[in-house]
Amino acid sequence: MAESHTPHPDLPPPVSTIGVPGWLRRNLFSSPLNIALTILAAYLLYIAIPPLLRWVFWDAHWRGDSRADCPADGGACWVFIRVHFEQFMYGFYPDEQRWRVKTALAVLILSAAPLFIRSVPGKIKMRLGLGLLAVYPVIAFVLFKGGVLGLPAVDTSKWGGLLLTLVIAGVGMTAALPLGVLLALGRRSQLPAIQTLCVTFIEFWRGVPLITVLFMSSVMLPLFLPAGVSFDKLLRALIGITLFQAAYMAEVVRGGLQAIPKGQIEAAAALGLGYWKTMGLIVLPQALKLVIPGIVNTFIALFKDTSLVLIIGLFDLMNIVHNATTNPDWLGFSTEGYVFTATVYWLFCFSMSRYSQSLEKRLHTGHKR
Amino acid sequence: MTEPISTPVKPPIWNNPQVRAIMFQIIALVATVTFGLYIFQNTQANLRQLGIASGFDFLSSHSGFGIVQSLIPYSESSSYGRVFWVALLNTLLVSVLGVLFATLIGFIVGIARLSKNWLISRLALVYIEAFRNIPLLLQIFFWYFAVLRAMPAPRQSFSLGEAAFLNIRGLYLPAPQFQPGFGGVLAAFGIAVVLVIFLSRWAHQRQMATGQQFPTLRAALALLLGLPLLIFWLAGSPLTWQYPELQGFNFRGGWVVIPEMASLLLAITLYTAAFIAEIVRAGIQAVSHGQTEASFSLGINSSKTLRLIILPQALRVIIPPLTNQYLNLTKNSSLAAAIGYPDLVSAFAGTVLNQTGQAIECIAITMAVYLTISLLISLLMNLYNRQVALVER
Repeated sequence: MAESHTPHPDLPPPVSTIGVPGWLRRNLFSSPLNIALTILAAYLLYIAIPPLLRWVFWDAHWRGDSRADCPADGGACWVFIRVHFEQFMYGFYPDEQRWRVKTALAVLILSAAPLFIRSVPGKIKMRLGLGLLAVYPVIAFVLFKGGVLGLPAVDTSKWGGLLLTLVIAGVGMTAALPLGVLLALGRRSQLPAIQTLCVTFIEFWRGVPLITVLFMSSVMLPLFLPAGVSFDKLLRALIGITLFQAAYMAEVVRGGLQAIPKGQIEAAAALGLGYWKTMGLIVLPQALKLVIPGIVNTFIALFKDTSLVLIIGLFDLMNIVHNATTNPDWLGFSTEGYVFTATVYWLFCFSMSRYSQSLEKRLHTGHKR
Repeated sequence: MTEPISTPVKPPIWNNPQVRAIMFQIIALVATVTFGLYIFQNTQANLRQLGIASGFDFLSSHSGFGIVQSLIPYSESSSYGRVFWVALLNTLLVSVLGVLFATLIGFIVGIARLSKNWLISRLALVYIEAFRNIPLLLQIFFWYFAVLRAMPAPRQSFSLGEAAFLNIRGLYLPAPQFQPGFGGVLAAFGIAVVLVIFLSRWAHQRQMATGQQFPTLRAALALLLGLPLLIFWLAGSPLTWQYPELQGFNFRGGWVVIPEMASLLLAITLYTAAFIAEIVRAGIQAVSHGQTEASFSLGINSSKTLRLIILPQALRVIIPPLTNQYLNLTKNSSLAAAIGYPDLVSAFAGTVLNQTGQAIECIAITMAVYLTISLLISLLMNLYNRQVALVER
């Protein structure tokens, strides 16, 4: 009896979960809802992206140096940016003195470069960083302001554009961080009087908008000072922004201080360290490392907030672009102006946040989850 | 062999920690008070020299300027005190609307960011990274000068179904006109709310006693919508719409959203929503995946898992930073001054200050108002936070 064995026909191969089809199925077409969402999103992109690209690149006008080079045919007029570019960068800084700004920038880049190279030992980085912090502001101030060493003086009212934005942001950051650390230590202090003072200070500045602070610094500060003493307008804005952001910084640092277990302080006390040594050598290095994301967030907020000096009439990047868009010779190009400004701000803020993420990863010496 | 016994030297008094603590505090207090007195004296001398009388008498004198948007009756003959109230209400209006819209968009984008759909989550990411890295002031300017200023003149307005119109003067919406009998609809809504409260209590008690569940949410929605609609229909639709109409060079009638308000609201909403989206994403991610798995293994379906397991735990993480964003939004609404929306900073600390010269009083009142709003919002959110906080045994 011959019994033949007929095998069951082969099952079809399982649905691929790898490669391009698998990826598409997993990420775009996993369920009816997802298919609908994907189609909707793709349609939105289809109606938004091509006109945008045409406006920015294909139909845009890049060459030329006057309004006549920008016929109104639905493309962006980047000539507007090209013509005003120097002004956007330096404001009203005199043409023949702009080499000073470039020199200062070059000095900063060259001297700060080792800080970003990983193979440079930490100790050298530390010394270089602290040295830069102490020396560079003096160099930059002498170069920008002049009036000594045979450099003609340039009044701060002439500073403008991206230069002014970076000056305000740089000074604000370097001043707000130490002040914020001191305020946070004060808030955590055992001494009731110091604690009350710090809490009042922090809560006051955090409770009011920056714009009223700037109003105050421009309207009320002259009233607070003895008659005849007058402050530079830029300095007044700097004081306002620094105090304001220091309060936010203090809260960020306080979060870090609270996360350090008490045992660390007790161990430091057992070793005979005083308050400042305990804080400076034991607590703060750990606490600051914990709150790097928060600190950088505050820096980013500060950088964006520099645009508010427009309210008190300083010509930072924001204001100088806004000013150029209201120029009767170049009316109608506000979109180009704002898109350019937005790109500049975005590049700075986004790279700051990316750098903080990489720093956070590198300094993460504890247990990785 | 004996060692000489050294008597311990008493440390000098300035090294005694307690003495030091007291000394430090006295120095800090004296320095603060001296600084305050110095400023006070300078200010008094300056004010005397400038001939400015301090005090709040100016609040009752006539303002003499118009305000483009006011929620309460206001005219040029009103007092500066009235300007304060108009400005405060404008600030509150834009803040409340901003908080509502930003929360809505923020939650949607935050959840979209976590979507399994690659395209959707990328789009949400692009939105978040684009909007939160550009200064708010720039965004306000963009919407105001580049978008709304480019709108057509009233005669060529964009029309949305002949009911709403968008042009350079603003957004014109139909205004509801309540006819007699509409009070019945409101009353029906009130009754529905009371019924829903009783219904949810009864459903809870029944579930506790018998284990049977009742579709409370659906029943509540049906009550809240159905009862007022029924009365509305029975009363013969006591609601008509007043449509804006083109008369001469502008529209009349209806509700108008002025361009200043529209651009400010658009900018602060989109800006704050980007931050809220990140907060929501972080909050949901903070709930461990084991919670979802445990819930599924107990046989709870996915919508109930989200509502009963994930969200209550995520809200604990979300609420404190969300409060901060609400505060930021309220404070950021002061940027209205840059485009002339008549809020507190623009109309009161700007125009009134310039007209009267009462710098200290105006700035002090403005700051006090913002401080009060900040403290109130954080108080309310703290109360809510206490409700959702972890109850530890």
